[in-house]
Amino acid sequence: MQQGLKQIEGLRQEGFVPYHTSLTEEVTAQQRTLESETEGLANTQTLIEKAIHWFQAHSMFVVAYGTGCGAIEMPPVFTSRYDIERLGVVGVATPRQADILIVSGYASLKTLRRIIRTYEQMSEPKYVIALGSCTINGGMYWDSYNTIKKLEDYLGVDMYVAGCMPRPEALIEGFVKLQAAIRDQTLEPGYVRYRDDYAWYRRNQEKVLGKNIAPQYEENYAGMELS
Amino acid sequence: MATVTLLLELLLMVGMAYSFGFLYYGLYRNITARVHGRFGPSIAQSFWDSIKLFSKATSTSFGWMFTAGPIIMASGAVMTVLFIPFFNQGDHLQGLSPYGNLLVVLYFMVLGPLGNALGVGSSGNPFGAMGITRGLTRLFALEMPLYLATIGLMITGGTADIHTLMIQQSTTPNLLSHPLLFVAAFLSLVGFLGKSPFDVVGAPQEVYSGPAVEFGGKFLALALSQSAVFTFAKLLLMVDLFWGGAATLLELIFKTFVFFVVTVFIGNVYGRFTTVQSVEFLLKVPTVIAIVGLLRV
Repeated sequence: MQQGLKQIEGLRQEGFVPYHTSLTEEVTAQQRTLESETEGLANTQTLIEKAIHWFQAHSMFVVAYGTGCGAIEMPPVFTSRYDIERLGVVGVATPRQADILIVSGYASLKTLRRIIRTYEQMSEPKYVIALGSCTINGGMYWDSYNTIKKLEDYLGVDMYVAGCMPRPEALIEGFVKLQAAIRDQTLEPGYVRYRDDYAWYRRNQEKVLGKNIAPQYEENYAGMELS
Repeated sequence: MATVTLLLELLLMVGMAYSFGFLYYGLYRNITARVHGRFGPSIAQSFWDSIKLFSKATSTSFGWMFTAGPIIMASGAVMTVLFIPFFNQGDHLQGLSPYGNLLVVLYFMVLGPLGNALGVGSSGNPFGAMGITRGLTRLFALEMPLYLATIGLMITGGTADIHTLMIQQSTTPNLLSHPLLFVAAFLSLVGFLGKSPFDVVGAPQEVYSGPAVEFGGKFLALALSQSAVFTFAKLLLMVDLFWGGAATLLELIFKTFVFFVVTVFIGNVYGRFTTVQSVEFLLKVPTVIAIVGLLRV
């Protein structure tokens, strides 16, 4: 607890804007997420909502975009050895068709621009799986000058798969957990957080990327001006 | 009363085409998976995908023409299936075939790709335009053998009415009496179904799913659904024209499925042609076969 407070204080001194208003709140929120089995909205869903969430859980289109070294773990997941198509997970070529974005490993600042742009072009409901330690706390790139440390500051992440590198089994486990969470609605989706707290995410994005990034995100963001 | 029955039957026809189309697509995914040494998804996976896509909250549009594109495509597919009789006897599930013949069906078959071209063109995505260019180039080459084969059938039968053509095959199906025309039309069908080696349009590794590159959410759902309906319509047309149609539902499923499985196996064995190769192949091999078949009629 004390160490966590110290770490956050250190980050704050570096000019980092935290999501939670107080330090204790952030640490307790993290602890709560780690420890609790969230009850969720499972009991309040109507039959139609339940059906729709079931279909959403059992049909996941993953945008084929490997950002870091973790991308090498994805081909075995999709091909004969591990065959994740059994779970209804398939790869698609464009963000418009996709439901899931896997940020596989470290995200350099150059890649982060593309990740944000890809994420914003996906249609809701959309989910982010963060693969590898680098997306959680920077991992082995913790003191790198050109990679981000914590993906949650720039996108709404729904599922973390820890490890360096996580095995394909771990990624499948992440998919299964995410499916259960979507089916039972036990998670607050990252895209809702991203939409609601967009100003905060945008500020963090501008902090590392500068002002010269994709235009302001809107819910029917068309990607480019056609005029 | 007759109008109400007809309307209900039309709905049933579209529903059947939708269900069988998706079921076949699910089987296609399964068979492909087995060929790869995988288990593959559930047979109903394509239904789930389509329902999920219809329930997506947002779908980005690029203007009214973009929205109209998938709708024109879907109407082309639905109209095609409505003008093809399902059975070769009885009065039921004949659809609108008494009001339009084979020429109308051939006309509606190209409506979809043209609507798609208009819609995708307005998105401004270069990969979409590339996919459309590939699609229309291939369509031109696909039409040659198919049209020559159907012209041959129309000359021998002396009619363009699909139902009459089916009844004429009650002794020997065209499959056996005009094998050259059948081979030409079947190679064209493989291309029409978008299976390998003719899957140049939506090649995910080259043009990022081509025409569907900007389709998300409900647009993609509509595109996939029309594709399922259209797939079944094309299989049905082939069964009607070359295998004497079907008398019962079971026979219909069996015959369409046989054609489908053969195209799937061809797709699993052969790699993808480039656009030029596919056009060259279609204009050389099936077209020449069709011309020889036409001369022997």
